[in-house]
Amino acid sequence: MSLAFVIVSLITLIGAIGALAFRQIVHSVLCLAITFTGVAMLYLQLGAQFLGFAQFLVYIGAVTILILFAILLTKNSGPTMSTSPFSSGIGSGLLVGGSVLACLFWAILRTSGLNPTPVADPNATVKAIGLALMSHYVLPLEVIALLLTAAMIGAIVIAMNESKLNETKGKPSSPTKGQG
Amino acid sequence: METLLIDLKSQILELAPEFLQFPLGHMLSIVPVISVFASLFALTTWVERKGLGRIQNRLGPNRVGPVGILQPMADGLKMIFKEDIVPRSADKVVHFLAPILLVIPTMLALSVIPYGEQLVPIDLDAGILFFFAIGGAAELIVFMAGWSRRNKYAMLGAMRAIAQMISYEVPLILSSIVVIMMAGSLSLVDIVASQSGAFWNWHVATPWGFAGFLIFLTAALAESNRSPFDIPEAESEIIAGHMTEYSGFKYALFFLAEYLGLFAMTGLAITLFLGGFHAPLPFLDFIPAPFWFFGKFAFLIALFIWIRGTLPRLRMDQLMGFAWKFLLPMTLITFAAGATWHYAGHGILGWILCTPMVAVPYVVLGRALTKGQNIKKRVYRFAD
Repeated sequence: MSLAFVIVSLITLIGAIGALAFRQIVHSVLCLAITFTGVAMLYLQLGAQFLGFAQFLVYIGAVTILILFAILLTKNSGPTMSTSPFSSGIGSGLLVGGSVLACLFWAILRTSGLNPTPVADPNATVKAIGLALMSHYVLPLEVIALLLTAAMIGAIVIAMNESKLNETKGKPSSPTKGQG
Repeated sequence: METLLIDLKSQILELAPEFLQFPLGHMLSIVPVISVFASLFALTTWVERKGLGRIQNRLGPNRVGPVGILQPMADGLKMIFKEDIVPRSADKVVHFLAPILLVIPTMLALSVIPYGEQLVPIDLDAGILFFFAIGGAAELIVFMAGWSRRNKYAMLGAMRAIAQMISYEVPLILSSIVVIMMAGSLSLVDIVASQSGAFWNWHVATPWGFAGFLIFLTAALAESNRSPFDIPEAESEIIAGHMTEYSGFKYALFFLAEYLGLFAMTGLAITLFLGGFHAPLPFLDFIPAPFWFFGKFAFLIALFIWIRGTLPRLRMDQLMGFAWKFLLPMTLITFAAGATWHYAGHGILGWILCTPMVAVPYVVLGRALTKGQNIKKRVYRFAD
């Protein structure tokens, strides 16, 4: 365990704890961004350059912003009022969390060697990943691209002004609340 | 001169004790980046104010030092000694962190650009990916700045800024992907190496490269909130956007980050399209590479100042429409043009095939988008 690993893990964990502990939901999101940064740094430390940069680009640059926009567009997004940090479903939560933890522990303890011999670094340069995506995995890539395009078109249809949608269908436009 | 700098670094490193060599080596790469671009920022503000003054038929700064050259220092001193106001309703921690954090991604982005054959602060295998990944953090930090004061104008400004940055990031990244495709590498060093020789080897000297360069410059202007895309801080509408209610040195840090962001974009534009640090003609190679890099840099910065002095600010809907309806289709067309260029052999045939591929959609798209809009030459009634 190197010093860099300890620092990066601490950043990740503190960010995660902060994301759970803060009352103001925007603070939680900012802490979540710290966690994402920590995970990206962990990838970089493991030598997975592409994965680290992609994690940063997608999670910090897009997902966090998406969450923030969703929060700002939601009503009552101020600080939560409940006095106790524990919700009423604490019993079932503990049960589920505890069983997951137990499963993980069981799986980890069952593995034969916790200190395996170091294997050779896999050839995970950006170029190798790119070539693999364009040759061997080209079909899954295209399928994902199609799926994302369909999702985007769906989002545009949902977001389209309703009166405009009615006009294109030839129906008389009904007065809707969210116009303008 | 290039080797001189490298030699100097290794000489200093030899003098240092063993355990200091690793941190010192990195310090000697980091400190020049910070100091050179921070002083360029000071110089640029002076050049910009002088240039804008010239365009607007006035003098510009002319009191501090000869021809006002010490004005940036006076401004800096003023900013440091100004009272640092934190509004009572502000979120103190986020308010404090936002301007400081905003400088970090721009500095990191500047550190992957090759300034000379060996003058690369950090040579990454996926340098351009790092550049864009780290640039993505700026949006979150602008949100932090806008949100932290619970001020309507600041929040609106931040929302405008984020919407603009996300929209223009698409043509920005796509137009550089064409270059990555043609150079066959994500490493900025390799991309520069693929443009060695004379200026006709630069990517800008091809049909797709020329179109890509113009798209990249436009998107870079919008990314760094420069006029005519400075809607996030449109003074006449929302005071200063996400910088409202920031004072003193924090405000100066926002400006520093804005200019450093512009510098990083300019550096990337030079690296991708203008041949990086290469001389335009082979016999000019005796002039060291950094001079060429910073010469091109100065040219582009002057161009940006000229644009700022010339063009009026866009409207919000025009801004978004321009990004999604014009720039995005044009970048996709440059993709096709790049592929055609690759298979037509980089010669006369390529020119014949690719030029109409780029020019015709440009004209058609431009006509279609301005159709029905009443665009006439403005008639000045009083100021002629």
